[in-house]
Amino acid sequence: MLTITSIHKGIVIDHIKAGMGIKIFHNLNLDRADYKVALIMNVPSKKMGKKDIIKIENEIDIDYAVLGLIDPNITVNIIEEEKITEKRNLQLPDRVVNIITCKNPRCITSVEKYVDHAFYLSNISKGEYRCLYCDEVYAVQEK
Amino acid sequence: MTLKGRHLLDPSDFSLEELSEIFELADSIINDPASFSEKCKGKILATLFYEPSTRTRFSFEAAMLRLGGQVIGFSEPSSSSVAKGESIADTIRTIACYADIAVMRNPKEGAPRIASMYASIPVINAGDGGHQHPTQTLADLLTIRSVKHSLDNLTIGCCGDLKFGRTIHSLIKALGRYKNNAFVLVSPKELQVPEYILNEVLNKGQLPFKQVEKLEEVISELDILYMTRVQKERFFNEEDYIRLKDSYILDNEKMKHARPDMIVLHPLPRVNEIAYEVDDDPRAFYFQQAKFGMFVRMALILKLLGVE
Repeated sequence: MLTITSIHKGIVIDHIKAGMGIKIFHNLNLDRADYKVALIMNVPSKKMGKKDIIKIENEIDIDYAVLGLIDPNITVNIIEEEKITEKRNLQLPDRVVNIITCKNPRCITSVEKYVDHAFYLSNISKGEYRCLYCDEVYAVQEK
Repeated sequence: MTLKGRHLLDPSDFSLEELSEIFELADSIINDPASFSEKCKGKILATLFYEPSTRTRFSFEAAMLRLGGQVIGFSEPSSSSVAKGESIADTIRTIACYADIAVMRNPKEGAPRIASMYASIPVINAGDGGHQHPTQTLADLLTIRSVKHSLDNLTIGCCGDLKFGRTIHSLIKALGRYKNNAFVLVSPKELQVPEYILNEVLNKGQLPFKQVEKLEEVISELDILYMTRVQKERFFNEEDYIRLKDSYILDNEKMKHARPDMIVLHPLPRVNEIAYEVDDDPRAFYFQQAKFGMFVRMALILKLLGVE
């Protein structure tokens, strides 16, 4: 049995779709962390079958837009004195800036490099975003 | 909300009430053009055309000149500082020092939106790649409103290349905002309207529509027939092209089956999709449509400049 100790003060990112933990790990730059971090993969889950969990023994600023975009079903637990003090459910942000880039070669962002890559949520049930400039669709990967 | 100082990038930027204001002003211009001939005296329109266009550019220039204003600009980027690599942000900020309103056509999609983000003057999208061409839509709507006296309760046939035709997409979106309109979409299977128009406009708005392959099967049902060109190279195989090509050419034989009050529209330029014999039919309105395009641009310029 693999045992990971509970954390005293920090963040637990739970209900990550199995296999996606490593992506979030890299996206939050946790590979460069100088504090205790655990990425636990393929944890048995009643709801999900298998899931990934990330435990971070530190207070860090999390970009919830990035997390929501990777997987809106994950939960973020804020831990203080080994207890969950706040549980945050993520959702797809209405607008994302410079997180995803437009792949349309005809889009103006392909030539005007100073422009932010901005997307707006166009279809919440399908998890679809559209480029603010050219309306190209970006589909958030399947939940 | 006033239209003064606003941009027009997408046909849905304006509410139906605001569109109606523009059309009412266009009606006044049509009825008495002389009384508007000095309304823009001392005002300058900049035309920033990053790709060739005769029709749209002339239409805007004629609109401003008929309002008593003046026009500056370029009709291809090679004759401007753009050729030296100037960004859109810098071009529009410089132009805004000289002109009161700007019109932009650019092959890159979303270019006019970037211009609008940096401009201190109104920016009008005159076509950005395959994306939007909102003033063509205004011209289409004004024509329909003037001839049919309403933008509601219409059966609109769209015929030809419905996949790549941006005027068709804008028209469906625009007419879908009015009451009780139905759409008959006539195209080969390869060139049907894109999925996002089906899902996000027709299905989402619960608009009645049907998709057919042959114009002759449905022409008798239509109040408006909006023609576009079908290019041979868009077909996947020669056999389908030969089977269907005549179905997308409007001629007097097909017009015999159309209602006496149906009108034929086309964004122009036409190639061979409307036979010349149809031009003499009183239901052919495509050249009037071009004229309405100039009137609606006059009204748009006045509204965005806030000239009463």
